[in-house]
Amino acid sequence: MEAFGLLIYGFSVLLTWKTLALMMVGLVLGIFVGVLPGLGGPNGVAILLPLTFTMDPTSAIVMLSCIYWGALFGGAITSILFNIPGEAWSVATTFDGYPMAQQGKAAEALTAAFTSSFIGSLVAVLLITFLAPGIASFALRFGPPEFFAVYLLTFCSFVGLGREEKHKTIISMTLGLLLAGVGMDTVSGQLRMTFGSNELLRGINFLVAVIGLFGISEILLTMEERLALRGHAASISLRVVLKVWKEMPRYWATLLRSSAIGCWLGITPGGAIAASFMGYNLAKRFAKDKDSFGKGRIEGVFAPETAAHASGTSALLPMLALGIPGSGTAAILLGGLMVWGLNPGPLLFVEHKGFVWGLIASMYLGNVVGLILVLTTVPVFAAVLRVPFSAIAPMIVVSCAIGAYAIQNAMFDIWLMLVFGVAGYVFKKIGIPLAPFTLALVLGNRAEDAFRLSMIGAAGDLRVFWSNGLVGSITTLALVLLFWPLISSALARMRSAIRRDAGLGIK
Amino acid sequence: MSKPEVEIVVEDPNPPASDSPAVTSTRTVDVVAALLLLALAVLLGFDNWRTGMSWDSTGPQAGYLPFYLSVILAAACLFGIGKEFLARKQASETFVTRAQLRRVTQVFVPTLLFCVVTQWLGLYVASFLLVAGFMAFIGRIAAWKAVLTAFLFSLIMFVTFEIAFDVIMPKGPLEALFGH
Repeated sequence: MEAFGLLIYGFSVLLTWKTLALMMVGLVLGIFVGVLPGLGGPNGVAILLPLTFTMDPTSAIVMLSCIYWGALFGGAITSILFNIPGEAWSVATTFDGYPMAQQGKAAEALTAAFTSSFIGSLVAVLLITFLAPGIASFALRFGPPEFFAVYLLTFCSFVGLGREEKHKTIISMTLGLLLAGVGMDTVSGQLRMTFGSNELLRGINFLVAVIGLFGISEILLTMEERLALRGHAASISLRVVLKVWKEMPRYWATLLRSSAIGCWLGITPGGAIAASFMGYNLAKRFAKDKDSFGKGRIEGVFAPETAAHASGTSALLPMLALGIPGSGTAAILLGGLMVWGLNPGPLLFVEHKGFVWGLIASMYLGNVVGLILVLTTVPVFAAVLRVPFSAIAPMIVVSCAIGAYAIQNAMFDIWLMLVFGVAGYVFKKIGIPLAPFTLALVLGNRAEDAFRLSMIGAAGDLRVFWSNGLVGSITTLALVLLFWPLISSALARMRSAIRRDAGLGIK
Repeated sequence: MSKPEVEIVVEDPNPPASDSPAVTSTRTVDVVAALLLLALAVLLGFDNWRTGMSWDSTGPQAGYLPFYLSVILAAACLFGIGKEFLARKQASETFVTRAQLRRVTQVFVPTLLFCVVTQWLGLYVASFLLVAGFMAFIGRIAAWKAVLTAFLFSLIMFVTFEIAFDVIMPKGPLEALFGH
């Protein structure tokens, strides 16, 4: 197995004291970020990104991805002990996790959550290890038309498959694409949408927007609510851990199903949030006694946590192999890649072997270390919530400002961050989804370059997007997904019409 | 096994009143946001039209894609406005209550001031002022605790970014005093 040998090489890159130390720092910061309500995975990664600007790319990505794993683990702590989802993807964990804590089984619920998270990511990492190199080497044959078709597919699937109102998804996405175009046009060198401003010449930085949209707006939203909380304190003993682990194999079907859902939704832009709900609902549907769900059933913790982690991890697969992020956080990591001077895409597997396999190896190691860390330190992190929000809120604001400024050393970016913060607050409240905006902003220029390079290559002939089987089928699939709501309702109408005709025939 | 008793309790010193009157409805904000985005779309569309939105021999000009994106954005905004207009007889949810708005202002205004102060006094002094002020006046935490926390936080930030990671932040007269 080639992948196996490369993985060993990845571990050899990873096993230095410095990298391991950064990994621990990343995990601790990540769990911290995950525990705090009002500070999620994407915000945490975005805010802490400037710490990594002066590191070498491998150390940087190891630390950042560990922040991400930590945040995924941390979200479960507040869900179970406080009935407050620290992250949107741990909402489903509260359904059964909190009742368990009320029944005095907090330690079991936490162990179940952490272990199933671990299993979910492990499945996803295995998938990445064995699938990503293949996809990347296949994608090496892609020219601009193929890449544009893949970008189109990503954008269209957001519009067609998203749960939000369609016009709001379109608003979010076109706005992102437009803002991505601000500044110098990379193909012709012309200035666009700068209105003579020197500050806009640089373009609107993706990370600045993300820090505002997710960090600042989240603070504003959190302040709206009553900030009092009550929760259970828990510590996990080895006996409980072993007991839960012994029970676990009984739920293999749930674990497997949730992992599969998670991986699928992670690779396609469905996301960890959808995955956790779907994992929970399917476990409920397949269970014999459906009524016991929501009352503290351990399976109700296993299902959403496995799915959320599988999804959160596998979202990195398309990012590594194709340069297309499968989630908001993956989009931010992609932004990081560009800051460190790497060009995301299939060439990464050829040109930066140490980076890619170091990252993949760190996924294995980070999850094992993360699991041990959360199991042993839960009381410490739960106590973090004792710190009043009025102390944490200004610190988050300062960290956001540092993050925004550090990217381009521009005061203008701090103001821009503030504007995006207000926009994010309003958008979230009126139901304009932020994920399509994020994705469009990070991919916008690359998508446009791909489009215009294919146009130059084909002398302006749009048929280039159907010029061979591969690009043709991706483009067609993209258009089908874009119009999927219309197609599926037409199909349903046709089916019912056929049924009616058949019914008439019998009579 | 741990006992099922509540052990961690955090109180909110001044929670928003739950019976506070609504300032505005979600529908109103929805329409206003759509109108603003529509204006932005028209502005950007015009700029791209000026840049060149046609198709020359080598393919699309620089303004081509952004121009049509502005058109799509404008269309989506108009659709949203039309939709809300047709649904105007149905009740709409509250966008924000007066008490909530006051709380949001309590974070937003200090954040705004923080950005202004950062320009004059540098980020670390501004951060000290923000954390201390926010904790003491909005969190109603004892002044000495607020000042101490703010000082330690700003110091840790300074050491982490400026010294350990070489990330340069805007600095003012105070840092200059210490030779940074």
